[in-house]
This record gives sequence, C-alpha cells and structure tokens, in this order.
Amino acid sequence: MEVLLNDFSPGLFVVQTILLLALIFLMVKFAWKPILNSLNEREAGIEEALAAADKARTDMQNLQADNEKMLQEARAEREGMLKEAREIKEKMISDSKEQAKLEGDKMLKQAQAAIESEKKAAVADIKSQVAELSVAIAEKVLKEDLSSNDKQLKLVDTMLSDIKLN
Amino acid sequence: MMQVSNTIKTLLQLLILCFSLQSFAISDTEPEGAVSGKEQVDAYILHHLKDSHDFHLFSYTSDSGERKHVGFPLPVILWSSNGLATFMSSEFHHDDNGQVVVEKNGSKFVKLHSKIYELDAGASSVNFDEEHHATNAHKVLDFSITKSVVGVLLVGLLMLLAFSSLAKQYGKKKIPTGFGRVLEPLVLYVRDEIARPNIGEKHYRKFTGYLLTVFFFIWVLNLLGLTPFGFNVTGQIAVTACLAIFTLIIYTVSGNKDYWMHILWMPGVPVFVKPILAIIELAGAFIIKPFSLLVRLFANISAGHIVVMSLIAIMFTLKESLGVAGATGLSLVLSFFITLIEVLVAFLQAYIFTALSALFIGMAVAEHDHDHEHDEAGHEVADTEDVRADFI
Repeated sequence: MEVLLNDFSPGLFVVQTILLLALIFLMVKFAWKPILNSLNEREAGIEEALAAADKARTDMQNLQADNEKMLQEARAEREGMLKEAREIKEKMISDSKEQAKLEGDKMLKQAQAAIESEKKAAVADIKSQVAELSVAIAEKVLKEDLSSNDKQLKLVDTMLSDIKLN
Repeated sequence: MMQVSNTIKTLLQLLILCFSLQSFAISDTEPEGAVSGKEQVDAYILHHLKDSHDFHLFSYTSDSGERKHVGFPLPVILWSSNGLATFMSSEFHHDDNGQVVVEKNGSKFVKLHSKIYELDAGASSVNFDEEHHATNAHKVLDFSITKSVVGVLLVGLLMLLAFSSLAKQYGKKKIPTGFGRVLEPLVLYVRDEIARPNIGEKHYRKFTGYLLTVFFFIWVLNLLGLTPFGFNVTGQIAVTACLAIFTLIIYTVSGNKDYWMHILWMPGVPVFVKPILAIIELAGAFIIKPFSLLVRLFANISAGHIVVMSLIAIMFTLKESLGVAGATGLSLVLSFFITLIEVLVAFLQAYIFTALSALFIGMAVAEHDHDHEHDEAGHEVADTEDVRADFI
C-alpha cells in the first residue's frame, strides 16, 4: 500500500485528468456523436426498409389471395352458369316433350271424339235414312197394287236398286 | 483512409526524426552495463513499471566501454517552491539515483527512482537514510510530459484521427470502407453489448460517448503496453485512478432519487438495519466501486508486464543452467504464449472496466417501477431494471 501510494503521481493524475477530459470532449464532438447519429439513422432506415418490404410482401400476398378468390369466384360462376344452362336445356327438352305428348294426346282425343261423333252421326243418319226408306218403300208398296207376287218382287228390286244408286 | 495513413506516415517520420536527432546526443559514462543477474532483472522490471521522464528505446555498450542509451528526452515541467521550472529530461543524463543535480529557477532537482525531488534550501546533494530514502529533499508536483503522457497523447491522437475519419465517411456513404469497416463493429459492440444492456434502453445514449472513449482509450493503451516501446500507461495507478474517478463522478452526478434512496435509506428492511446498510452502501458507492475499478486495471496490466518481462529475463537468468540456446528458446516460447494471453487481457480489461462503469451508471439511473417494487407482503421484489426483454 505504501509503495502504491508512493507510486501515485499527483502530477500525472492532474495531467491525465485534463487530457482525458479533453479527449472525451473531442471524441464526443468529432467522432461519437456523428458516428452514433449516422448509425442510428442507418438502423432506422434499415428498420423502415424491412417494414416496407414486409408490408409489400403482405400486400402481395393479399393481392394474390384476392386474385385467387376472384378466380375461384369466376370459376364457380362459370360452373353455375353452365349448370343452369344445362338445366334449362333439359327442362326445355322435357317441357317440349311433355307438351308435344299432351298436344298429341289432345289431338288424338279430339280425333277420336270426332270419329266417334261422326260415327254416331253417320249411324243416326243411316237410321233415319233407313227409316225414311222403309217408310217410302212402305208407301210405294202401299201405293202400288200389290196384287201379284211378281210385281211385288219387281218392286222390291227396283226399290233396292234405287237405294244402291243413292 | 488516405488521410489517416498519411497522418500516420507523418507521425512516424517525426518519430524517426526525433530519434535520429537524439540517438547519439544522449550518452553517459555511468558503468551500468547490460542487465544480467536476478537483482538487476528485478530492478529493471520495477523501473519499467514506473513512469519515466525520457523515452528510452534501448541501450548498448560501445566499443570504448561506454554505456549508450538510445531514445529521446521529454520535457520536465515542475511546480517547485520557487514556482514553475521547465527543462528537458536529458539534463539528468539518465541518472536515476539522485547523483545529477539540475538547477533551475533557484531550485535544485534530482531524479530518484523515476521521481523528481527538490533539494531543501541550502543542500547541494542528496543525503540518504538506511532505507535509501532522501532525507534532505522533498517531492514536487510533477506535470512533466512523461512517457505515460506521451502514450496518452499518442493514443488520443490516434483515436481522434481514426474515429473522426470514420465519422466523416458517414457523410458520403452509408457503409464505411477500409479501416472504418473494422472500427464500426467495435463501436457497435460497445454500444450494443456494453452500454445498452447495462444502462438500459432509456438512458444509454447519454453515456455511450464516455464509455466508448474509455473503452478504446484503455484498450489501445493496453495494446501499446505490449509493444517494444515499453509504455506502461494503464499500469500507472494515477491513470487508472483518474479513470475510476471519472466513472465515480458520472454515476454520482447522474444518480436518481431511487439510487440515493437505496443508498441512504434502504426500503423494505427493518428500520434498525437501515443506518448500517447506509454506511455499507455509501462505502460501496464511493470507495469500493471506484477502488475495484482502479486496482483491477492497474494490477492486471502491471502483473502482465511483470510476467512478460520475467519470462524474457529467463534468457539471462537461466543462461548458465540451460545454455544460451536453451534459455533463449524457452524464454521465446513462454513469452510468446504469455504475450498472446496478454493481448486477450488487454481487451478483457478494457471490456471489464467499461462494462463495470456501464453497470454502475446503470444502477444509478435505473428507474424502478413502483408498481412491482413491493409485493403484497411489502417485500422488495426486484432491485434492478430488467431490460432483457428489449434484446430478445
């Protein structure tokens, strides 16, 4: 301890204090301040750039996702449209088939009904003509002298041929 | 970069100029002889560890048997009882035993074991007691440009040149080139590994300048001590004391209310313990902390110098038992490896000094979150600012 104290030079201590103070002052002014400021600036710049890159990446991802979504939607829409068109086509075909069938049926029915009524009308007509003929025959028979058998037969023949001619 | 190398070149030229001017001007006839033998080695090492008033490079014995010292003198500036006295150290003619008396301003000065003494009035030569202490001379305030001061000036100049050129580079480009590319990571290291974690994100900026200066100052001086120029600046107790006192002043001045509260009236302990703790804390803050700083640096660097020089001295001391080649080889191998370790120690001590300074400052400026300072039972929870989260 005594040696240490003996070695301690107050003069050197004073000189060192002055020099260190000067050195700290000069270094802070001419070196550390500008260096640290630029380092901080640069770090802030790097951080900013990184954040910007990050943002750009997320934007890009969002954009891609949007595109994907739109594509998906478009695809779905197309699919839907195609499906709808197919349905419409099928429906149209089946509808027209149905309608045609219905129409056909209806026509058939109508035709049948017409045939039926024609038939009925014809039968009725035949009936009435038969009746009229019978009455006319009867009348003629009555009007003619039904004296002989030959005459009667001749008459019937004439009558019948008349009918045929009708 | 060109500028720096040019300046360094100029400095070297200046140095060589001084050296060539002085190399043959200094000579003395004292039959000191080359260093050999244990006592002489011890004396030489002790002499080296002390500050010196001239810049001694090497000595040799000329053909005529004259002992020549090569180096250059440095200015001596003294504050004596008769006021300021200045002269060149060459006036002592390399005398270190109080033989040569230099008379200036009516005062007589002698140099004794690297210290300059002023002879008491009326005395014409030094008288010694049995322990070889001067009896009729007293110490004077010695503001000389000693070898250590030269070292400080040299390192200061180098730091200013190197780092101001780095600072200038940032004006032109974002990323430094050349030597600046080496310096920048070092600056970042001190800022991010020493200042930030120890002081805390909020306050570190204010103290980074001091810490950077001290770190590079100590480191470069430590490295300079390993060169054959034989500087031993960080092994001077006055220098380390100055550095430690700077740290002491900084953390004392910037200490906040919590810091003083924890020193003077520690919260969370029984009242009767508080005064005892205050005494311990005061001693810690004003004596133990700076003392640990100054002694650690001084002792490590001095020890390193002693070990390196002792291992080099093996060359002489073991000459008889191992032969010249054996002693030289052993000495070279051992001193080579210990020098490698010393290069590490040079950095380590600079780091430790700076980190501890930062830690002490950090303790003084730490802001306590009063919400978690005491838990429900009233016990202290945490006493330090937890800044780890800032670095994950």
